[in-house]
Amino acid sequence: MAGQIHGVHEPLFHISKREDCSLLWAILVRLAAIALALVVCGVVIVMLTGLNPVEVYAGIIDGAVGSSRRLWVTIRDTLALLLVAVALTPAFKMRFWNVGGEGQVLIGATATAAVMINFGDKLPAGALFAAMIAAAMLAGMVWGIIPALFKAGWNTNETLFTLMMNYVATQFVAFCIVYWENPAGSNSVGIINSSTKSGWLPALFGMTYGWNLLIVVVITAFMYVYLRYSKQGYEIAYVGQSVNTARYAGISVKKVIIRTMSISGALCGLAGFILVSGAGHTISTTLAGGRGFTAIVVAWLSKLNTFTMMIVSFLLTFMAKGAIQIASQFSLNENASEIITGILLFFVLGCEFFISYKVEFRHRRKED
Amino acid sequence: MGTIIIFIQKAIGQGVCMLLGANGEILTEKSGNLNLGVPGMMYLGGIAGLAAAFMYERAVAVPNAFVGFMLSLLAALAAGALGGLIYSVLTITLRANQNVSGLALTTFGVGLGNFFGGSMSKLAGGVGQISVAATAGAFRLKLPLLSDIPVLGDVLFSYGILTYLAIAISIVMSWYLNRTRQGLCLRAVGESPATADAAGINVQLYKYMATVIGGAIAGLGGLYFVMEYSGGTWTNNGFGDRGWLAVALVIFARWRPLNAIWGSLLFGALYILYLYIPGLGRSTQEIFKMLPYVVTIIVLILTSLRKKKEDQPPESLGLHYFREER
Repeated sequence: MAGQIHGVHEPLFHISKREDCSLLWAILVRLAAIALALVVCGVVIVMLTGLNPVEVYAGIIDGAVGSSRRLWVTIRDTLALLLVAVALTPAFKMRFWNVGGEGQVLIGATATAAVMINFGDKLPAGALFAAMIAAAMLAGMVWGIIPALFKAGWNTNETLFTLMMNYVATQFVAFCIVYWENPAGSNSVGIINSSTKSGWLPALFGMTYGWNLLIVVVITAFMYVYLRYSKQGYEIAYVGQSVNTARYAGISVKKVIIRTMSISGALCGLAGFILVSGAGHTISTTLAGGRGFTAIVVAWLSKLNTFTMMIVSFLLTFMAKGAIQIASQFSLNENASEIITGILLFFVLGCEFFISYKVEFRHRRKED
Repeated sequence: MGTIIIFIQKAIGQGVCMLLGANGEILTEKSGNLNLGVPGMMYLGGIAGLAAAFMYERAVAVPNAFVGFMLSLLAALAAGALGGLIYSVLTITLRANQNVSGLALTTFGVGLGNFFGGSMSKLAGGVGQISVAATAGAFRLKLPLLSDIPVLGDVLFSYGILTYLAIAISIVMSWYLNRTRQGLCLRAVGESPATADAAGINVQLYKYMATVIGGAIAGLGGLYFVMEYSGGTWTNNGFGDRGWLAVALVIFARWRPLNAIWGSLLFGALYILYLYIPGLGRSTQEIFKMLPYVVTIIVLILTSLRKKKEDQPPESLGLHYFREER
């Protein structure tokens, strides 16, 4: 065989799938990518601003975890991002591109706010929370099911459909805000029930965000088990691998698509509940704050492993919070955080290649 | 009559941005790359054009409008192309997921645009409001003589050069995609890369070129917004959701550049319709702003219902192609 290759032009390098990727190599590559990204960010920061990057990174750490309050805000936002990522996971596992997390979160948040505003002083606390959660999950579910129905029935492109649904949701929220605005003419809802605090998630075990923590951790663990050990999780994986094989195996693909998207949408709605009831106590069109999009990246980078998502969402939230701090510290614009996040994502996305594939250069191949 | 003319002018003003973005995305998607980084690339183009004009006008005492125009045009093209290149390296060479890479590009581009736009005056040493009057003036220059014709001149000839460039790009792209051999090859790559590869077409090259040039065209959309629409100023997030509307317009136009021309006019009209309907409350206005998206969803559903072959997205859209994994 080797003899025949002689004389044939051989490409400069040769790419092949890495069959036996050790965990150590995978971790090393990712760490190297993150380190490289931070170096590039440092260079960019110096070029843009002339600031000392070491000082800037110290500012980032200080901003994210520098005080107990800041640490809790970072944890709170990590949890919200994590919940959205976990919510999107079953859809992605099924290869259904739910890019509509943003809208599903917003609509869930709106439903929560609606219940808080209308029933805040009419229902006892337990019933109120039950109603809020039910409304949020139902609203998110509806927003998720609509594209799923069309995907299942007529194979309508779900990436584009869910993307458009985000902006329908945004405008719907804008409509509701004018409807609920307080004080009139401010074009904002203000803090809902600020005097009675009804519908606000109370502290748990002495932690302000205790309930957030409990809910998100339980859902994360549940999703892990659901996808890995349940029959439905198995069906989802099957549909994701090959629709035809799944059909052959007797799985109703339509049913799985609709069921999975209702779970995904409902959990996004739950994230909306947490953002309103457990964090901001208000509603605005920017409430989801791009989490629906960032969560896609989180879920994907974590290879749809819900526990890895904890680390990734913490890392991204950490950088975002830190960048807001340096923005105010050096009186820069707070969008610096998005630049840093973007660069970080580019590197981490790119490095996956070196985990899945190996590149062999021509000179390494010995002619034997 | 006067109101109608102004309405048409404003609708075109809104539409051109989306048309340029959509043209870039059509070219990109024809190669099978679903680049959700369009908003990011438009921001990149906008801020690069503004920054180039800003630095030029600060550097010389009497800025020449033409030089400023060329510099900001080239900067916007280059920045948009750079966005497309980042996306191409990630998805084509490094085989990263298309949706995720595109969204990361949007995060990066929007962040960079707002960061620079918001801090440019400070970075330049606190000069107050950014103003690139000479360059923006060049972008806003109307056609002489023709724009003086009553009514017709107002409706057809009262726009800056980028408006006509956007329409020209649509026409050239339509000709290129449907009437040239290269265009045929590009469509083949987007429909079935494996077949194209077997026919000896350099799939990777086509994907790279389409995505990078598409990025450059989308960058012009940002430049249009900054220069002609806003007159050479920057407002953070002022660009709004026009980038996503450009993605929506691609679907609405069913991947045809000529459809995108009138589609952009319709989208622009829908975008500002609420200002022209009397008796709308503030809340109902918000409902009206939903229209472009709702219309897109309806078109998306209808095309999938009718299953007409020529109206479908490129077959391999969003899927990666690696020869070794066939």
